[in-house]
Amino acid sequence: MTNTPDAKPMIELLDVSKNFEAGTALHPTNLRFARGQTTVLIGPSGCGKSTILRLIIRLLEPDGGLIQFDGDRMSPKNIAEFRHRVGYVIQDGGLFPHLTARDNVVLMARHLGRTEVELITRLDELATLTRFPAEALDRYPGQLSGGQRQRVSLMRALALSPELLLLDEPFAALDPLVRAGLQKDLKEIFQRLQQTAILVTHDLAEAAFLGDHIVLLNEGRVIQQGLLGDLRDRPGSEFVTEFISAQRSLAFA
Amino acid sequence: MRTIRKAGRQEGKQARRRSTRRYCLPVFLLLFSAVCASGKPLIIGSKKFTESYVLAEIAKHALSDGGLPAEHRQGMGGTIILWEALRTGQIAVYPEYTGTIAEEILKSPAMVSPEAIRAELAKAGVGMTDELGFNNTYALVMRRDAAEKARISKISDLRDHPELRFGLTHEFLNRQDGWPPLAGRYRLAQRDLKGIDHGLGYEALRNRSIDVKDAYSTDAKIAENNLVALEDDLRFFPQYKAVFLHRLSLPAEAIGSLQRIAGSLDEARMIRLNAEAERTKDYARAAGSYFRERGETFASGGSETLASKLLRWTARHLQLAGISLLLAVIVGVPLGIMASKGGAIGHAILAVTSAVQTIPSLALLALLVPVPFFGISARTAIAALFLYGLLPIVRNTASGLQDIAQPIRESAIALGLTSGARLRQIYLPMASRTILAGIKTSAVINIGTATLAALIGAGGLGEPIISGLNLNDHATILQGAIPAAVLALLVQWSFDLLDRFVIPKGLRL
Repeated sequence: MTNTPDAKPMIELLDVSKNFEAGTALHPTNLRFARGQTTVLIGPSGCGKSTILRLIIRLLEPDGGLIQFDGDRMSPKNIAEFRHRVGYVIQDGGLFPHLTARDNVVLMARHLGRTEVELITRLDELATLTRFPAEALDRYPGQLSGGQRQRVSLMRALALSPELLLLDEPFAALDPLVRAGLQKDLKEIFQRLQQTAILVTHDLAEAAFLGDHIVLLNEGRVIQQGLLGDLRDRPGSEFVTEFISAQRSLAFA
Repeated sequence: MRTIRKAGRQEGKQARRRSTRRYCLPVFLLLFSAVCASGKPLIIGSKKFTESYVLAEIAKHALSDGGLPAEHRQGMGGTIILWEALRTGQIAVYPEYTGTIAEEILKSPAMVSPEAIRAELAKAGVGMTDELGFNNTYALVMRRDAAEKARISKISDLRDHPELRFGLTHEFLNRQDGWPPLAGRYRLAQRDLKGIDHGLGYEALRNRSIDVKDAYSTDAKIAENNLVALEDDLRFFPQYKAVFLHRLSLPAEAIGSLQRIAGSLDEARMIRLNAEAERTKDYARAAGSYFRERGETFASGGSETLASKLLRWTARHLQLAGISLLLAVIVGVPLGIMASKGGAIGHAILAVTSAVQTIPSLALLALLVPVPFFGISARTAIAALFLYGLLPIVRNTASGLQDIAQPIRESAIALGLTSGARLRQIYLPMASRTILAGIKTSAVINIGTATLAALIGAGGLGEPIISGLNLNDHATILQGAIPAAVLALLVQWSFDLLDRFVIPKGLRL
């Protein structure tokens, strides 16, 4: 990757914390997400990885600390404008069942007043990019396969050419063959778009395949970050070794 | 849009100004002649039983003959509604009984002298004619064969037969001079006691599902059904001398016309008129007999064909149900949206709309009738139907919105859609099936409940139903019940059809 460590990060968490009634989801945490890279947040269930994404897109308000996007402090006031610059993909797509694939994808662009010509052009590009069959664009989510739904969800997230793409376990609900195909396509897309992305997964193989930078979390804390090789060869704690060896056979088979 | 509307209004204004000039004189003349003919017809109310209908018809013709056009709103729902309507000037006249006036209206059972009663009534701007002649008191009636077999001829004889099944009208069950004190005085301890509609009670006596019911002593059905009235041997029942109650503000000639009826109706004649009305199902005709017996002419209005009556009832019924439904949708959907957000306000909205649903329809009507804007008009019926129709729409809108899955909501938020756009473009379309089902429930309920409009003289298909219940005449009941059922089905079907247009295709896969 081309970015240098001292380049201004796309997004930065400064002492960000989040508590729920059930306990602490995220202890005060500092994280920098570099431009043009895919950062993978990995860890066991409940480690706080999804919470970080939801804090960034402001589905959750942080209890402490602040989040900066491209150097600007994010707040409830500027969040609307910020959300247009970020794409968000979740596990089961979150597609609107009453809208066709086409309308799901262009919903936001249309809302922002783009012309129909612009919409059609953009839709063409996205369908090609995500290898989504054009004839299926007029189907409803209920008429699409799981893999197709995730491609639509990806198109929707990319529709406004976002500076940042957030993916929360986007392949978790797919069967292995479909998942492998999508993972491969996604890697290509990221490379072609030089896309800054944050991917949440609990699957080390997926992290290794898609991630430039890996952040391992446990119980609301960052345990270690770096390249996968760093984590494997220089584990910072017993937990890192355990987590890697538990999935080792899959990741390095 | 706004400017177009404004322009339209201005055009309308100009047109009106032109027409005002052109039609000024004829309109003035017309108004003048209308005022001379004393304008609006006087409205006469009646309770929902034959005698009250006949007396009201007699009053109507007596007033009309005196040159005062009158209109009969028949079969309104009980003493309280009629009294409130009279007190607030929404009806001019209705037939009442002295016992009821003392017990139910003035709440002073001891008051017997007409002077004292008149003085009390005058405080509400209401006058009372002299007694019409007959005493229509309450009586307990039994099948003649059953009474003879059990050797029962007096009410005290009932004391030895606690097994007899009583079917009493709801009004009698609750009256100051009704069942509870009667049972106390006679020390009756009936085991089987239920409330039943007056007309249906006769049916129940005939098919032996009850043994004793309350009746009015001039009721023609007593002789007709071969029943006996038990002697009130402890003189419990007060006198129920028929009179007309009227607004004191009526013109003197109107009061004079009513007063001329006083003293002319003895018990035998009243029973005969009641019997005629029930036989012919024509109250006006029975009233006609009264005037003919007095040697007076009687101009009966042309009788309406069944088809035209059905059309009138159905059109009014649809109007009542339709307008109230529209209002319920306009108010209910926004309330449902507020309720879907939960919290104190959300719970309060659901609690209030549910509570409204539990108010008995007659009580709701009685609450609305004295309110100036409402009164005994279609407005009151529409308001009541609107209130009853609210709950299904509010509840379904709220639950339809609450049922939208969290990931969908979060996707809509994360896309950056404003809250208004989320509601319009995502949440409401997704909840449309549930919301529409709520509206459909309301519509069907409204079609059924709109029959209650007849209780306040607002018309609709309830008119033949109430009239038929009173006459115990199945054919008349069905004239209202069948169209009401057909309407309910049609509404159901048309909503099923509407589903296809309103519910987005993606939700119907």
